[in-house]
Amino acid sequence: MTGTLRDASAAQGGSGESAVDHEAVIGLEVHAQLLTRSKMFCGCPATYVEAEPNDNTCPVCLGMPGTLPVINRRAVEYTVRTALALNCVIPDFTKFDRKNYFYPDLPKGYQISKYDLPLSVDGHLEFDLDGRRVRCGITRVHLEEDTGTLHHAGDVLQSATSSLVDYNRSGVPLMEIVGEPDLRSAAEAKEYLERLRQILMYIGVNDGNLEQGSFRCDANVSIRPRGTETLGVKVEIKNMNSFRAVQRAVEYEIARQIAVLDGGGSLHQETRGWVEARGATISQRSKEQAHDYRYFPEPDLAPLVLGAEFVEEVRRALPELPEARAARLIEQHGITEGEAVLLTATREQADSYERIVGRGVSAGVAARWLGNDVLRLANADHLPLWESGLGEDGLVALLGLVEAGTVNSTTAKALLEELYLAGGDPVAIVRDRGLGQVSDTDALGALVDAAITANPKAVADFQAGKETALQPVVGHVMKATRGRADARLVNRLLRERLSG
Amino acid sequence: MSAAPETLAGCVAALRAGTVSAAELLERSRARIAALDPQVNAFLGRTGELADRAAAAADRLLAEDPASAPPLCGVPVALKDVLCLEGAETTAGSRILGGFRPPYTATAVQRLLDAGAVVVGKTNCDEFAMGSSNENSAYGPVRNPWDLGRVPGGSSGGSAAAVAARMVPLSLGTDTGGSIRQPAALCGVVGFKPTYGRVSRYGLIAFASSLDQVGPLALTVEDAALGYLLIAGHDPADGTSSRSAVEDPLTGLGEGVEGLRLGVPREYFGVGLDPGVRAAVERALEVLRGLGATLEEVSLPSTDAALSTYYIIAPAEASSNLARYDGIRFGLREDRGSLLQTYLSTRDAGFGPEVKRRIMLGTYALSSGYYDAYYRKAQKVRTLISEEFSHVFERVDAIVCPTSPVTAFPLGTHSDPLSMYLLDVLTVPVNLAGLPGVSVPCGMVGGLPAGLQVVAPRFMDARALRIAHAYEQATEWHTLQPGGVEAAAT
Ligand SMILES: [Zn+2]
Repeated sequence: MTGTLRDASAAQGGSGESAVDHEAVIGLEVHAQLLTRSKMFCGCPATYVEAEPNDNTCPVCLGMPGTLPVINRRAVEYTVRTALALNCVIPDFTKFDRKNYFYPDLPKGYQISKYDLPLSVDGHLEFDLDGRRVRCGITRVHLEEDTGTLHHAGDVLQSATSSLVDYNRSGVPLMEIVGEPDLRSAAEAKEYLERLRQILMYIGVNDGNLEQGSFRCDANVSIRPRGTETLGVKVEIKNMNSFRAVQRAVEYEIARQIAVLDGGGSLHQETRGWVEARGATISQRSKEQAHDYRYFPEPDLAPLVLGAEFVEEVRRALPELPEARAARLIEQHGITEGEAVLLTATREQADSYERIVGRGVSAGVAARWLGNDVLRLANADHLPLWESGLGEDGLVALLGLVEAGTVNSTTAKALLEELYLAGGDPVAIVRDRGLGQVSDTDALGALVDAAITANPKAVADFQAGKETALQPVVGHVMKATRGRADARLVNRLLRERLSG
Repeated sequence: MSAAPETLAGCVAALRAGTVSAAELLERSRARIAALDPQVNAFLGRTGELADRAAAAADRLLAEDPASAPPLCGVPVALKDVLCLEGAETTAGSRILGGFRPPYTATAVQRLLDAGAVVVGKTNCDEFAMGSSNENSAYGPVRNPWDLGRVPGGSSGGSAAAVAARMVPLSLGTDTGGSIRQPAALCGVVGFKPTYGRVSRYGLIAFASSLDQVGPLALTVEDAALGYLLIAGHDPADGTSSRSAVEDPLTGLGEGVEGLRLGVPREYFGVGLDPGVRAAVERALEVLRGLGATLEEVSLPSTDAALSTYYIIAPAEASSNLARYDGIRFGLREDRGSLLQTYLSTRDAGFGPEVKRRIMLGTYALSSGYYDAYYRKAQKVRTLISEEFSHVFERVDAIVCPTSPVTAFPLGTHSDPLSMYLLDVLTVPVNLAGLPGVSVPCGMVGGLPAGLQVVAPRFMDARALRIAHAYEQATEWHTLQPGGVEAAAT
């Protein structure tokens, strides 16, 4: 098990081992912006990153007097889709509530959210980690509206001389996914988040961008003596905007809490912020300073009755999720688990793979190439295959040449590299440049003979039993054919001659 | 021009007949306002050029083809100042919205504009529609045209007084706990609160969202029915507006009350009811009986609890609805350096005492630890009240009762807010249950008008209007004109 408490303690540079064997209890709360075209309660565009400040606003999302919210049906659909993907139960009846507090980024003075009757409850997310199956309960998935953003003249509000408010983000549909405190280590927390993000992106409801904050995470961390059931004092951690930050912050917090208890101190319920630069969490607000949000049912919206038909419709349209898809590919295509996991990392990647196989490339070849060389280029160029110059058409043509034995893999890899961005027709290029694989036994035979003569020491070593000694001899032939020789054939001819 | 008609129907007919022009009606309306409003204070803002242009446009349409002109083409109307009209100052009677010009128009207002109405101005009201006497306006109280020393009722006091003083033939008000019906009763005009969800609330500056409803005030039931018909119907911009079809109240308006069963709730004739008002209403019931209706005593046992229920739910919603007035984006800002001090100073300077009182009441009722005892319990009682009405409506077609327990009272009478709240006792149950209710003049008590209230089941708006119309046509109370303001003006 990773992320044991001893590790965590060491990570903090703390005083070493704890007297009591503690266990961490971690629950994550994720806020994910939905990829709807318009905002939650008005017709403004829900994209805001590239817009000029306050361009994507209207009287409704500015909270002007007399304006009213109207529910974005698509946002409800996306939330239900997420809930179903996370195995949640969808109650028949749900309503919105108001969460009241004053802040300049909250134009109405309340956030339309959900309190006691969320859109969905009682789900779970399962994943493998280090050969174990981890199951984390999902308390609820529900829907609310995002706030605007503040820009302070200064680092923080307290020391700012002035602040500007941008309401472009105000009213963007925000899905809240509350996890049960079922996670026991920072590694589990990180893995849970990565799997959750993958699913949200798979089902097309969120773009998974932690840096820009369209996927945000808060963590609730407590510790207790291992083997006990009661929960310890809960600390909420905010301000983590990468997976690594989540892992580090949780590790830090576990170690901090253990150190406090070991030092004879006591913990109190509070909210702490992760400060990346210091690699530490610092206290922001204690329980005593907690808001009373005065929740009450939103009177401007009628209760929502989704109906079994709507839910079934959404369920039917749910795409195959990554785990199920990987399992199917292993089963149907006979590819390895490692390949399947790589290929199903994103829905687009898996779709691309299946399209390529659908066009006649054998599954093994497609999986190997997509999982290795193509993936490496895609990452290096920040351009997936289907958007690259080569495209799926080019790759299918190239792999066709490989499978037909027209080119060997060395040539194919070089071509892939050359054409990935630039594009081009591999078939024509191989023909025009004469890159076709040399698999003529007579022609290669002569070259093999020459190679044997040129490498007496290697030949002697091989004959003395050193298998790897043959490689420079093969290399000699490959070099002579500028890499076009059929490597398997060269090998066979060499062995025939040297053992003959 | 002195022969110009006073009622809405009269104006519409005269405009179509060409005996009066929209410009002339606008001019007459302005002349009445100029002469009388220095005493009445019914108007907070005039629309000036906007109205001139609308009247000119209406006259062009009427000249081209009067038959196909829209239904209110050229008729001057007034809007309670909680209803947004694009570009026109909209204050909700509050200092905190002084100078606020919304960049949008309320749906109900837009429908009147589409019908060709000419908006003359915005009428005075209790701040954020919170009050029963119009004394809570930040811009001075409205005075009752029948007696300038008395209040017009509230909160749509300006809208009621403007119609009573014949400044406009139709105005829009809003009714959260009686704010259309009560001032209508106290000013001797007709006021109609439609079924909740019937008229869009988009562009209505919210007081209590689950109770607020826009409705017409006019000189006759027929006029109110026409005004209602024009503003009613589903609005995609209001998630609580009903999608069901609107029954045309004018079609069956004259069908009378013969054979209708009318319930008389005994709880509405209890202590606190002015004996003069009681007598007037009892006479009105006799008139209805004479017209062929059957009267039956019914009971609404939770009536007692309605007032306290209302004074928890309405302030709770208001405390949240009024959070947006924080000095950041619009309206008054008292800049004090720090955010908290700016919030505090802006809201302290911007809100009047009654608004602050209700924000505090509502905040308290919603606070953790008190929610169950107050807000949740109030919601339960609200459901109970609704059920009692439903139960009664299994036996009777409508309910008839007084609108207000008292007639117009002198300004400054109710310095104690609680005694003022008690005046809403006969109107708030109707809002809590979301029912349609109309107030029609039913007599004079010591020279002041009294009102009869007709309440129908949900979405039976047409029935409520039909019963009120039958009564009105059998009497002459609606034809009486307030003398007080005329005397003061001359
Ligand atoms: Zn908007």
